Amino acid sequence: MRALPVWPLVAVCLSCASRSQVTAPEAPAPFDEARAVHVLQRLAYGPSASDLSEMKRLGVEGWVDAQLQPASGDALPPGLSAKLQAFPTLGLSMAQLVEDYPRPPPEMPREEKRERGPARVVFERSSARVLRAVESPRQLEEVLVDFWFNHFNVSEDKGAVKWLATSYERDAIRPHVFGTFRELLGATAHHPAMLFYLDNWRSTREGLSQEELRHPRRFRRQAAMMEDAEGEEEAKPKLGLNENYARELLELHTLGVDGGYTQDDVREVARCFTGWSIRQPRKDPGFVFRKVAHDAESKVVLGQVIPAGGGEKDGERVLDLLASHPATARHVARKLAQRFVADEPSPELVERVAKVFLDTKGDLRAVYRALFQSPEFQSPQARAAKVKTPFEYVVSALRATNAQVEVTPRLLRHLALMGEPLYRAPAPTGFPEVAEPWVNSGALVARLNFGLDLVGGRLPGARVSLDAFAPKQAPSAVEWVDGLGQALLGAKPSEETRATILAALAEKREAASAVDEAPPVDVPLIAGLLLGSPEFQKQ
Amino acid sequence: MTTRLSRRQLLQALGMAGAGLVLAPPFLSRAWAASPGDAPARRALVTVFLRGGADGLSLVPPVEDDAYQRARPTLALKFEGEHAALKLKGPFGLHPSLGALMPLWSEGKLAVLPGVGLPVTPRSHFDAQDFMESGTPGRKATVDGWLNRALLDAKDDAPLRAVALQPTLPRALYGNAGALAMGRLEDFRLRTGRQHGDARQGFSALYSGAVDQALKGAGADAFEAMSKLDGARLAKLPVSPGVTYPGTPLSRRLQDIARLIKGDVGLEVAATEMGGWDTHVAQGVTQGAFARRCEELGNALAAFAADLGPKLDTVTVLVMTEFGRTVKENGNQGTDHGVGGVMFALGGGVKGGVHGRFESLTVDRLQDGRDVPSWTDVRAPLSEALRACRPGVALAKVFPGYREDSALGMFT
Repeated sequence: MRALPVWPLVAVCLSCASRSQVTAPEAPAPFDEARAVHVLQRLAYGPSASDLSEMKRLGVEGWVDAQLQPASGDALPPGLSAKLQAFPTLGLSMAQLVEDYPRPPPEMPREEKRERGPARVVFERSSARVLRAVESPRQLEEVLVDFWFNHFNVSEDKGAVKWLATSYERDAIRPHVFGTFRELLGATAHHPAMLFYLDNWRSTREGLSQEELRHPRRFRRQAAMMEDAEGEEEAKPKLGLNENYARELLELHTLGVDGGYTQDDVREVARCFTGWSIRQPRKDPGFVFRKVAHDAESKVVLGQVIPAGGGEKDGERVLDLLASHPATARHVARKLAQRFVADEPSPELVERVAKVFLDTKGDLRAVYRALFQSPEFQSPQARAAKVKTPFEYVVSALRATNAQVEVTPRLLRHLALMGEPLYRAPAPTGFPEVAEPWVNSGALVARLNFGLDLVGGRLPGARVSLDAFAPKQAPSAVEWVDGLGQALLGAKPSEETRATILAALAEKREAASAVDEAPPVDVPLIAGLLLGSPEFQKQ
Repeated sequence: MTTRLSRRQLLQALGMAGAGLVLAPPFLSRAWAASPGDAPARRALVTVFLRGGADGLSLVPPVEDDAYQRARPTLALKFEGEHAALKLKGPFGLHPSLGALMPLWSEGKLAVLPGVGLPVTPRSHFDAQDFMESGTPGRKATVDGWLNRALLDAKDDAPLRAVALQPTLPRALYGNAGALAMGRLEDFRLRTGRQHGDARQGFSALYSGAVDQALKGAGADAFEAMSKLDGARLAKLPVSPGVTYPGTPLSRRLQDIARLIKGDVGLEVAATEMGGWDTHVAQGVTQGAFARRCEELGNALAAFAADLGPKLDTVTVLVMTEFGRTVKENGNQGTDHGVGGVMFALGGGVKGGVHGRFESLTVDRLQDGRDVPSWTDVRAPLSEALRACRPGVALAKVFPGYREDSALGMFT
């Protein structure tokens, strides 16, 4: 057993003078490249030349610490900022987006629809996600935004979510990924995207009568609740209790499927959230509490009495209860461990991280730290133990090849072909964090094609200059394989990979030797094989 | 250590011998596993999902129901005049633009199920499709799809057993049984540019040596599937004499599915889809957007059936949609999101005719006073189709929590 590297973090060192006595006399450890690459595979979207050099400058621990404490005011690099600023929809409010990018009439020409309809909002949102993941120096933040958006998934395929998801990510997810779980949970619970996606906005107490709705003063306000999701005039759906949000809140967002709640709890939670609504999803999308729709009676959630008359506070009390529940701590710890450590994290790791969650009242930064410091994360077994999701695959390939990226619909379509159309996960569960659903032959061919297109110069919007990776002047095939292997995989390619690629090159040379004695080394073939190799699918 | 060495030796051998050797092991293991068994014959199941909520009352109009005529002053079909439907059985007609299907109807190979749908009432396309495809109405956290779960009854790992002819894997095929999606058959190949075989053989060798077993398996399947699809036999498989596929998207997709079936690649399940059924305004009757969709659907299905010829008996096609539309037409000569819709089945194992329960559309019989109810739970015909196509399938696992109450008799 080799000794685990000590992780001297500020927070830990505050309380450990004794430890510094142990470590102080030692000379600074040499830069451990393999460990650096592992950290970049998990806390970033794979190694890029600039992040590796930043890590060499700061040390691995220093880099992690900086990632955990991104100064929110820090400007993004000018190149990335300029690209993001070219997307007007990113900064607009929900109301502005709904107004400025309305659903186009069917007869509008396709080109105009793309510019002036919600398609524009959708495209810019996905483009920004890709660009930030590729280029942002705050890599951990990007990884976490992806993780938490997915944990609290909404899909733009459902009606008005198209217009609401930009704000959802920007205002409900992003500002809280380094905060507390309770803040994050609360932000998602109040956001119109979530209220719409899981139907809570139309959930009312049972027996809300038509007469009450027809009350002249109230009618105008309730009328919005009668609007159908798809904007049909004729639809007058009945109002009543909708358990959808309550169920997913318990099952997916907090306690987990085995978190020990019952169907009665689902119902009671749904009652607590009655009246948490949206003013008008397609005209004035903002949170509103509709008192008339709220069930004012008392409820019992997980054995706790929520007294009558709490109004909007009922929902807050449920969120308090759930956010501090041990089952939530375990569920969140397990999902994070799946993302950062292994598809099947050990129960000990999950318990340890869950304890930090409970001890710190859901301080997410402390939770991440516990995870990253864990022997399980540090262990060599964790390295390359996970299969990249399509998004991780695409972004890591763009980073590894130092591609100059302008996102195009074609690039986004590659993601869809691999099974991860951004912002369109088909269920509230989000996209899977584990390998199994991603590994199938159809998706694999799509991955191989992406790599081949990228290095073959056939991917509109992504320019790659392989010459920049030339290990020296007029390198031989072997030198190219070793050099590109190191650059793209972040490590020497395995013996098998090296031999196979050389064999493929030899075959090509044999075929060519009839006409030409020394054909040039097929560099795109080497790069394509490396990006498509099993090693590059792993992180 | 020895296995490592031998694998390396194998790879070196490969460099000279080409990819054939890499493909050998999966083929061999499968040939060995697939010894002539006593398993009952299975049929390939093809699903066509009409996205957008197709108007069942126009696809299969209950022409002779007065309430239907009253509710749709401009949209109702009749049995005579310019909006004449084709006569099926009882009060029911078929939209005239589906006329290409009438020969199948006459031969008893077309079954129609009106009033079919979800037992819950989501009026969002998204939720309804999700429930329909997950096979668990009302339960959103289901990860996999009914069609994929239906494949778990057999351990067959033929790479082309489940194929979606659409750019992304449909929700119904999500799950643990391998399934692949392709926009067109031609998409399922490596875009190697000028490099051609080098990359293909290189990848094949890389994956046969993959340490990760799942990647290794997916790689083997991918290269086996590609070599099957590459074969001149399949790529050039001619359309049966006298059959012309219209050049529409659905038609091209069904033609690809027919190729896979005729090419005997081991296809068990194929899924494809067709959009454009969301008709809130200017739906039209025998002219217009809806009629054009019908024509595309009918002609594509008819060409598919004709192309397969006698092989159609080994195939069952299900045509479904996420919900039907409101009984009453709206103020824009369109229809809005409803509940009960319609399903078609054709091909082998299908008992032709109109099936299920259907009642007059008087307001008192409608759901919420506006919708055709789901008189038949969609899981009933799906269960029957699965039983007919995949004898012995564990239906309790495909549709958890669903209990069939009575047989529809839509399939033999």
